[in-house]
Amino acid sequence: MNIRLDNAPLTDDQVAQLNQLLQGMEGWQVEWLSGYLSGYRAAQQAMQEPALEMAAVSADQPTLTILYGSQTGNAEELAEKLADKANGHGIKASVIDMAAYKPKQLKKEQHLAVLSSTHGEGDPPDNALDFYEFLQSRKAPKLGDLQYSVLSLGDSSYEFFCQTGKDFDSRLSDLGAKAIVSRVDCDVDYDDAAEAWINDLVNALAESAQPQQLNTELASKPPQKQTQFDRKNPFPATVLTRQKLNGRGSEKEVLHIELSLEDSELSYQPGDAVGVYPQNDPYLVAELIDLMGFDHDEQVELDNDKFKLSELLLHYREITVLPRPLLEKWAALTQSESLDKLLADKNALNEWLQGRDLIDLQQQYPLNGIDASEFVGLLRKLPPRLYSIASSQAAVEDEVHLTVAAVRYSAHERERSGVASTWLADRLGEEETVPVYIDGNKNFKLPEDDTTPIIMVGPGTGVAPFRSFMQEREERQASGANWLFFGDQHFLTDFLYQVEWLGWRESGLLTRLDVAFSRDQQEKVYVQHRLRERAADIWQWLQDGAYLYVCGDAVSMAPDVNEALLDIISDQGKLSRDEANNYLRDLSKDKRYQRDVY
Amino acid sequence: MNDKLSEAEQLKLSSRYLRGTIAEGLADIATGAISEDDNKLLKFHGSYQQDNRDLRDERRHQKLEPLYSFMIRLRLPGGVLSPAQWLGLDQIADDCANGTLRLTTRQTFQFHEVLKKDLTSLMRQVNDLQLDTKGACGDVNRNVITSVNPHLSSAHEAVHQAAHEISNRLNWQSGAYSEIWLGEDCVYQDGKTEEPFYGERYLPRKFKIAIAIPPDNDCDVLANDIGLIAIIEQGELKGFNVAVGGGFGMSYGEPGTYPRLATVVGFVDAERVVDACEAITAIQRDHGDRSNRLHARFKYTIDDYGLDWFQQQFESYFGAPLQEARAFDLTRNGDRFGWTEDDKGQWHLTLFIPGGRIVDRENSPLRTGLREIARVHQGEFRLTCNQNLIIANIDKAQKPAIEALLEKYQLDDGSKGKPLRLNAMACVAFPTCGLAMAEAERYLPEFIEKLEGLVEQAGIPDQLINIRMTGCPNGCGRPYLGEIGLTGKALGKYNLYLGADFSGQRLNRLYLENVDEETILDTLKPMIDQFADEREQGESFGDFLVRQGIVEAERSPAMMHQPLKK
Repeated sequence: MNIRLDNAPLTDDQVAQLNQLLQGMEGWQVEWLSGYLSGYRAAQQAMQEPALEMAAVSADQPTLTILYGSQTGNAEELAEKLADKANGHGIKASVIDMAAYKPKQLKKEQHLAVLSSTHGEGDPPDNALDFYEFLQSRKAPKLGDLQYSVLSLGDSSYEFFCQTGKDFDSRLSDLGAKAIVSRVDCDVDYDDAAEAWINDLVNALAESAQPQQLNTELASKPPQKQTQFDRKNPFPATVLTRQKLNGRGSEKEVLHIELSLEDSELSYQPGDAVGVYPQNDPYLVAELIDLMGFDHDEQVELDNDKFKLSELLLHYREITVLPRPLLEKWAALTQSESLDKLLADKNALNEWLQGRDLIDLQQQYPLNGIDASEFVGLLRKLPPRLYSIASSQAAVEDEVHLTVAAVRYSAHERERSGVASTWLADRLGEEETVPVYIDGNKNFKLPEDDTTPIIMVGPGTGVAPFRSFMQEREERQASGANWLFFGDQHFLTDFLYQVEWLGWRESGLLTRLDVAFSRDQQEKVYVQHRLRERAADIWQWLQDGAYLYVCGDAVSMAPDVNEALLDIISDQGKLSRDEANNYLRDLSKDKRYQRDVY
Repeated sequence: MNDKLSEAEQLKLSSRYLRGTIAEGLADIATGAISEDDNKLLKFHGSYQQDNRDLRDERRHQKLEPLYSFMIRLRLPGGVLSPAQWLGLDQIADDCANGTLRLTTRQTFQFHEVLKKDLTSLMRQVNDLQLDTKGACGDVNRNVITSVNPHLSSAHEAVHQAAHEISNRLNWQSGAYSEIWLGEDCVYQDGKTEEPFYGERYLPRKFKIAIAIPPDNDCDVLANDIGLIAIIEQGELKGFNVAVGGGFGMSYGEPGTYPRLATVVGFVDAERVVDACEAITAIQRDHGDRSNRLHARFKYTIDDYGLDWFQQQFESYFGAPLQEARAFDLTRNGDRFGWTEDDKGQWHLTLFIPGGRIVDRENSPLRTGLREIARVHQGEFRLTCNQNLIIANIDKAQKPAIEALLEKYQLDDGSKGKPLRLNAMACVAFPTCGLAMAEAERYLPEFIEKLEGLVEQAGIPDQLINIRMTGCPNGCGRPYLGEIGLTGKALGKYNLYLGADFSGQRLNRLYLENVDEETILDTLKPMIDQFADEREQGESFGDFLVRQGIVEAERSPAMMHQPLKK
């Protein structure tokens, strides 16, 4: 089959080449290619803009980013001096507090000046801690194109004189960056040495001020490939960070987990979820095998493959949840009348199922005379767990961040735990990977219009997608107003991502922030109470076209919030209950009321 | 000198008499902090923001803000309070703070770890006790401190009265305090002054006044901007010698900053001492350096302009020259522990309070014991300038009841441990103080124990030595008057100062810079051994070091920065 392309914007030569290529192709290959081409185009477009922007800058003048880590203000003062001097020599210099610097920007820098003091036993100043740790971590990028210089301030009466400056210098060098002028270590009387460094650096920059070649690496980067990873073929993601978010004394245990998607070509949008394939608790697996009287090392066949029984149960079969089909088969095999009776009484069954697993089932309704392979045949595949993504790729690029509450409780005289959350929290080893895929959610998306205001209600881990929303809107420089309602148990220990929310409020990105901490006072206060307190303003925001998002607990929070919204709408809008219902339904239809509840 | 106003000065000017946005900051429940500017203003209200430094790094990783809390310090001229007030403060420590009361070197109380949400409630409860926190910090006159000589009860009363009057005269007046903390209506009007004495800019820097009753110099009178030395003849208070320009704060690596002892410049009659203090404070208000905060204390004004200039200024502000200074003799520092009977037959009990911290510890129910005493005591409580406590004015008939409580709660009248600890003092430092570079209060007991080993080996276990330890060079624990002074440089590292006298009239000097415990003890051991062998009758450790030429007698500012030994 030859294509005819009368109207195509292609040369005859290109048409011929295309025909030649397509002729030998199978249908599925053509399908793959069509996807590939649309991805290729998107990537091409994405590449062009920054490339142009960069060309414009570099044609004009060299840029210098000046980062300072300062405890008493000396490094900051010197950073300003350097900037003045550099700007006077036709170098476009900007001074940034290390605490305010976005580390991912580092890859894009041309020239970098780092000024930092050192404190105590060689420690970085407070405002440098995050950047310092980032640079020392495995998240730090290769910096082959970066030129830099370091000025360190210190006090030679200390053992670790100027250590932070030295650390910055050696790490930047290790990452491939080239020193423009050598590091200078200043003692308490730093003025002369610092001035000499500033002069040397500015002179060196001014001399090399021939317009820099456009950073060609970016433009010649291969187009984005379609990912080969999906639910059936999850990507083994490396764990970059695993950090408990609750402070000391909290009754909660919520983890912030950062996974690397590098080389996976996986992409996601704010509002999407990530699917995680967890592992069962090996103690539980062992106990179950013992209880059933099987051999741990027995080879069992599954999907044309052979596994040790313990391995198989650890990775592939669900042992902590008792679905009805399993119970029915179990009842048939055991011929247990009481189990039959339980199955017939829905309420009694539901009650019995609370906090019970396969071990409980075997203990209470023993199934004997079955072999391991038959037993495995009764069980369901270990399903993936979904977590709302807490990051935006515009901000974190090859990473995906999760906010995971570790589920632990005690029931029927045994400690119980959530399979995936405690695997991530406790059992996942440093070197292990997490099998993941992206689970899109079209029904939880930021408004396309960046000027649209949004109201986010996300208590507990429900706050996760809103972190991704804020990162996304920050990167897009979206001007729409943003209002977060957050709640948890205690202000001091449970305010998830507090520092980030306060930072966004400070920068103006987060327009309003209302918080409710239920256990800090006699009467319980939840997000819905804060919503009611702000009724008039919420109504005004809705009049202004705000989108409303609710994420988190489906059992009590979401209905309570819904109820509060109905009251607000009917009170403020002078509407009857039915009219308020219709109003909210219309918002839903218009995608202005979106929920991600679980 | 740069005449541009420092940032701190501009902040005061634009603060609408210390209001700033403190009230708005208190209402923001998404953060436990208030803004940096408001924090500076809050100091005038007697409080400042701190955070638990032990948890700072942990919480940063948890993406939680630092564990912010507030320190609140009372204004308590002369350190005197009633049993009812004691019980009230004790209750506040549970309701709003961390369950402890901290006695300070300025004869007052500090509450620690008060969360923002509890701050207003605390201030109201303090107010209900007829106490306040005005000017406990900030660029105004600070708490006026006095000797607590329990032998001379009538003189003490007169001196205490003077302390009250000076404190009240120099108290700030703005309506900000009652509006923010007590919920009163805002009285601010643009253009209308609320500070007849201070004006909109208050003082260039903190300002401290102390009154000593010779021969005791327990208040380190010469460490103050104004030091008053009571002149008592036949049990009657005649007036005060006036010393000016004392002050201890300095910054490492800033040779222009240094501790200075006040210089005795004259005498004023008792009835005019308040006016004299006001005049001197006004001189500093009008002539102190407002462009450079590191150079803004009164001591630099005195050194910049000279004493002759000061005498002339005083005459013009006060309306008369200072009279010639009277003879006086300060011979000792520290507190005298245990029971004493005064000139009227009343009893006083001085208790040793380890680290100034009133807290119940295992086997040491100090706070409970003092609470029980406050329930029966009919006199007053007096805080000493060395962070100890006097149960004052006990009737002979009441004495057995107090003695029984002393026994029951194992309170320490100075006899329950070794003597070295009795004259040792440390500031709060970690974990709450934001300025601390090293431990002080938490580490002092351990250091003292090791030092006790050295004096025992040397065979002088009963020797008293003034030991002062602070977490930074700013001087809260008056480290530069310690016969052994330690100021923090980094965790586990201190500057060692030696050579002060025992009566607070000669500074020490920097001996070793940035050294660890082992080096400090190795340095002190041979000195203590030599002291034990070669000291003269009644000679103190610091005087001995000077007599032997181990440390010279003269002092210059450079000596506080250049170590004698490397």
